[in-house]
Amino acid sequence: MELLLASAVGVLTAVGIYLMLRLRTFPVILGLTFLSYAVNLFLFASGRLAQNAAPIIGTTEAPADPLPQALVLTAIVISFGMTAVIMLMAIGGHLQAGHDRIDLGPEGEADPDRTPDA
Amino acid sequence: MSHWIIAPVILPALVAALIVIALRHRLAAQRAVSLLAVLALNAIALALLWSATTAGPEAYFLGDWPAPFGIVLVLDRLSALMVALLAALALPCLVYAIGSGWDARGAHFHALVQFLLMGLAGAFLTGDAFNLFVFFEVLLIASYGLMIHGGGSARTRAGVQYIAFNLLGSSLFLVALGLLYGVTGTLNMADLAQKLPDLPAGDAALLRVAAVLLILVFAIKGALVPLQFWLPGTYANAPGIVAALFAVMTKLGAYATLRFATLVFPPDLPATSLILSTFLLPASLLTLGIGAIGMLGATTLPRLAAFGGIASMGTVFLAIAHLSPTGTAAALYYILHSTLAGALVFLLADLMSRRRAHLRLDQPAASAQPGLSGALFLATALALAGMPPLSGFLGKLLILDAWRDQAAVVWPAVLVSSFLMLLGLARAGSLLFWKPAPPEAVAPPSPKAEPLAWIACASLLLGLAALTLAAGPVSDWLATTATALHDPAAYIAANRLQALP
Repeated sequence: MELLLASAVGVLTAVGIYLMLRLRTFPVILGLTFLSYAVNLFLFASGRLAQNAAPIIGTTEAPADPLPQALVLTAIVISFGMTAVIMLMAIGGHLQAGHDRIDLGPEGEADPDRTPDA
Repeated sequence: MSHWIIAPVILPALVAALIVIALRHRLAAQRAVSLLAVLALNAIALALLWSATTAGPEAYFLGDWPAPFGIVLVLDRLSALMVALLAALALPCLVYAIGSGWDARGAHFHALVQFLLMGLAGAFLTGDAFNLFVFFEVLLIASYGLMIHGGGSARTRAGVQYIAFNLLGSSLFLVALGLLYGVTGTLNMADLAQKLPDLPAGDAALLRVAAVLLILVFAIKGALVPLQFWLPGTYANAPGIVAALFAVMTKLGAYATLRFATLVFPPDLPATSLILSTFLLPASLLTLGIGAIGMLGATTLPRLAAFGGIASMGTVFLAIAHLSPTGTAAALYYILHSTLAGALVFLLADLMSRRRAHLRLDQPAASAQPGLSGALFLATALALAGMPPLSGFLGKLLILDAWRDQAAVVWPAVLVSSFLMLLGLARAGSLLFWKPAPPEAVAPPSPKAEPLAWIACASLLLGLAALTLAAGPVSDWLATTATALHDPAAYIAANRLQALP
């Protein structure tokens, strides 16, 4: 199980990093999502891996650590919300600028309150 | 006093919810409630500062759960100081937003500001590493909304970059927390401080990875080279008033570094002692250099202000890099100064943007009210470059004094970069105010009077002057704070840690 989980975290991270280095916002957001999956799995493993162990004292001989599960739950909720926010902003930027390149280019130099958008 | 510790978190949260739900379409009521809440936050912050000074560190146990198992907020001198600084910065920024009409340019400005204050106050007060992550996310999600306040394609696209960068930072933060929990079984910062010295040698490598990742996350927040790329684009594209509020967000990176470098990874912890002492000094010198050169080459006034922010973070981290009480005290003084000065530059740039056709430095433009904004620019430039008579000079002097033992490296870097900053500001000032506009250019229509906006700028300037005049007592207080930081026994004792039965 350790090998399976470790390789899953590794593959997800690799995919995430590759996609994050793309030029368009959509693959970058997908990459960030993959990275957050990898991180959630990793966080889950920080309480040690155990089979058939409920996180409740008294139900099994060696109960699982409940804290990482709570941490993962928090992390999932946060990364879900953040992905929704960046998705909306990326769509807004795409609609306003007419393209979804992630780099700012020369317009990044401009004064946003003054220059009308091309 | 004990229940008041959570007030800086609860109050903005309730006020923000009230504004969103009950006052959605009533701007005047939003302004009144928001202003009253920030005034109350100032009063609470001062009371907490007084309590931390007289009574020492105090912990607040949420839900009355004992320390390593529940979440704690810890009020010590440093967190009280940062909350007070936050409140003191929020007040003029809010007055400016109301005076300049920025808050009317988009929905939910006041609610987002209150959520930002909640996240920042929580991050300064918390004594739990995972809770620190949660408050980081609270303030970040509010900052995403504020960053694109007012709209525009360049601003939205800069916002996407800003969010992507911070999402990456959050992932690293979570990995670091998972590693810390995996090797120690705790995330309470005082408990970590107690358990890390007794860690088995086999776990030292994992701990080092966690420490490096945490420092990287704080470096992203604090715009430390090589992780400063997000800052110029974000700050120069954000609304001026929001960039001014963000001045305290980079300081959060410095605060968190300081907290972890003194409490969790102190210099005498063998597993991690080399990380900070090896990397922090060169990184902060590079940050200072890049900030100063960026100021010299900036094409617009907001970008100049953004690179000024990078340079000031370099100076703060340089002081932290000394990892001694004297260095820490100097860092704290410079944090106070650079937060106020950094906010002032962005407010000034925003004021001038409504009095000129554009803020580009390479093309001249006619300017309305050049005398008033020119005088304010001069004062701001003196503050930002660290020239006498304002407090930046004293702050840099304290840092130079702390680095007396490596004067050959640090002193020339600080002095040359200060000179470059001064040169950049002088260049910007003469291009903005002295270069004659082409004859066919028409001066922008006389702007409407904005007395509240000018009062906000003047009060920031007065704050800097007060910091200069009270430099003696302030730096004495900060020296005591720094000594307490480097000897965290009282902080740990305040957590009343309990062992598993």
